[in-house]
Amino acid sequence: MSLIRLEPRGHASRAMVYLTPVLAVALTLASGFLLFLALGFDPVKALHAFFIQPVSTARGLGELVVKATPLVLIGVGLAIGFRANVWNIGAEGQLTLGAIVGGGIGLAFYGDGGWWVLPLMVLGGVAGGMAWAAIPAWLKLRFNASEILTSLMLTYVALLLLNYLINGPYRDPEGFAFPESRMFEPYATLPHLIQGTRVHLGSLFALLAVAGGWVLMSRTFIGFQIRVIGLTPAAAGYAGFNEKRIVWLTLLLSGGLAGLAGLGEVAGPIGQITPSVSPGYGFTAIIVAFLGRLHPVGILLAGLLMALSFIGGEAAQIALGLPKAITGVFQGMLLFFLLACDVLIRYRVRFGARRAAA
Amino acid sequence: MSEFAVFLGPVLAAMLTAATPLLFAALGELVVEKSGVLNLGVEGMMLAGAVIGFMVAASTGSSTLGFIAAAVAGLVMGALFGVLTLGLLANQVATGLALTLFGVGLSALVGQGWVGRPIADVPELRIPGLTDLPVIGPALFGQDALVYLGLAMVPAVHWFLFSTRAGLVLRAVGENHAAAHALGYKVARIRFLAVLFGGAMSGIAGAYLSLDYTPMWAENMTAGRGWIALALVVFATWKPGRVLLGAWLFGGVTIAQLHVQGHGFAVPAQLLSMLPYLATILVLVAISRDVARIRLNAPACLGKVFHPDG
Repeated sequence: MSLIRLEPRGHASRAMVYLTPVLAVALTLASGFLLFLALGFDPVKALHAFFIQPVSTARGLGELVVKATPLVLIGVGLAIGFRANVWNIGAEGQLTLGAIVGGGIGLAFYGDGGWWVLPLMVLGGVAGGMAWAAIPAWLKLRFNASEILTSLMLTYVALLLLNYLINGPYRDPEGFAFPESRMFEPYATLPHLIQGTRVHLGSLFALLAVAGGWVLMSRTFIGFQIRVIGLTPAAAGYAGFNEKRIVWLTLLLSGGLAGLAGLGEVAGPIGQITPSVSPGYGFTAIIVAFLGRLHPVGILLAGLLMALSFIGGEAAQIALGLPKAITGVFQGMLLFFLLACDVLIRYRVRFGARRAAA
Repeated sequence: MSEFAVFLGPVLAAMLTAATPLLFAALGELVVEKSGVLNLGVEGMMLAGAVIGFMVAASTGSSTLGFIAAAVAGLVMGALFGVLTLGLLANQVATGLALTLFGVGLSALVGQGWVGRPIADVPELRIPGLTDLPVIGPALFGQDALVYLGLAMVPAVHWFLFSTRAGLVLRAVGENHAAAHALGYKVARIRFLAVLFGGAMSGIAGAYLSLDYTPMWAENMTAGRGWIALALVVFATWKPGRVLLGAWLFGGVTIAQLHVQGHGFAVPAQLLSMLPYLATILVLVAISRDVARIRLNAPACLGKVFHPDG
């Protein structure tokens, strides 16, 4: 008989739903302490450089918002799909298509555009992401192919497509052989919201997505259907819910938001199309969705926290000479700890031998 | 010898080499899935194997030690997945994704000083007489030991799963964990062992890329092969023999695409590089559309969490 047992709770613990993310963050920081120690850095100094230094200025806080914007946009969309057991893990590809289509519109009207170019680009970004997500949706419904694998494969295809375009049709004709597009005209870039920072209109879109996601999931019949399908597919079937429609809806929604995030990057902080539009926002957004408990407001908070892991990684690279990859290590650890702690929601940990059944 | 035969020999050899990492990773995952566990972390475990295998081989000068270390690295990553999903009953899809994200980051961190370093090639085995056969000689009998080990694993895994008692128990756990538990089998322990095996196989697959196929270490060098291996298991409808078929198919697509690039066809390289990924989607669609066949062959408890008290 093992000394530690898991005993099922009668009901999922509400308190633990909110406590485990905090616990996971604490455990990640503790592990980070040990990791820095193992790498030969002063852990207190390193953690300070990673998590506190970067956000101690107004500009730093602005960068936090800039990085959180795509994470929140994508995370809200993914979470709605995850709720319905639709596993879109190809958001990185949908983001890339958003940048390709929306950015392409900006390039097409280079030099002879007006105020109407930017709205067109935004629509193009959304449409590009939606189109890329429509492929796994169609393949799942028509051919029963796993959306996990197809959406991920399409991410590689999208990145190669971007690489091709940036070395071909999209390349700046006046650039010096650099694989980059022209810089977008001022009317084709997202306006800044706060002076002195790079916070742009996309952040407003992200807040709207949070509000919209909350309304959809908590206040509409479609949101109810999504939750029922995710929790008990059989019940949803008996109730006559149209599962196909939900698959289409969740994939198009998450793809569109990812596309919008991609457009927001090229028409926002980057200002042109480059070979690396995203440092992996589409994948990190999966962690954001889980850490935020698949709830839009939670995702907003989780997005800010994960954004910190990106700018912390950059700061640590400069201050301590640490490789950028440390960001991925922190992100992976955080998700591990969260998943591990989540056992506490549905089970109690009991020490000692099993008691006789009452 | 005809010009075609001169062309065919190296192509055949390259196809076998390109198929080998997929074969190891997919066979490992097949055993894991047969026990009822879906581990989406193959890519992460492969990267762990690739970087650790490379570091050990480069430091010791022994590729054998490199492969052993890679297997251990993959096994440790598998153990991490096992503790979370089997011990702490975490969602398998989410944990697998976490394992991949973690593996990508950790391997890049650990291997940062090793990028671009050269390494001694793994020696080819020569079989007197056979290796000197025209055309097929060098292709079939002039490969390194791992290619043959990979091929040998196919009947070995098949034999284990379908002709041994342990294999029967493993499949029973994957088909109906409640019934297996009722019969007194330790569901979690059996699944954990399967996950460890899958991890070790993925580790070897990764090391084959960094020690032999490329041979060098680069961040994220697996380039989606772990995910292709996952698709291969579905393509193979959970049958080891068909995994071999699928791995050869992908080896063939990869090599064909490289040869087309090499012969200067007017198709951009990036578009050709999409072929393996598009081919993966295509075969996945071709197999999955037969819903009845998938339902018949997929382990019934695949991806489901098991707790003895419900």
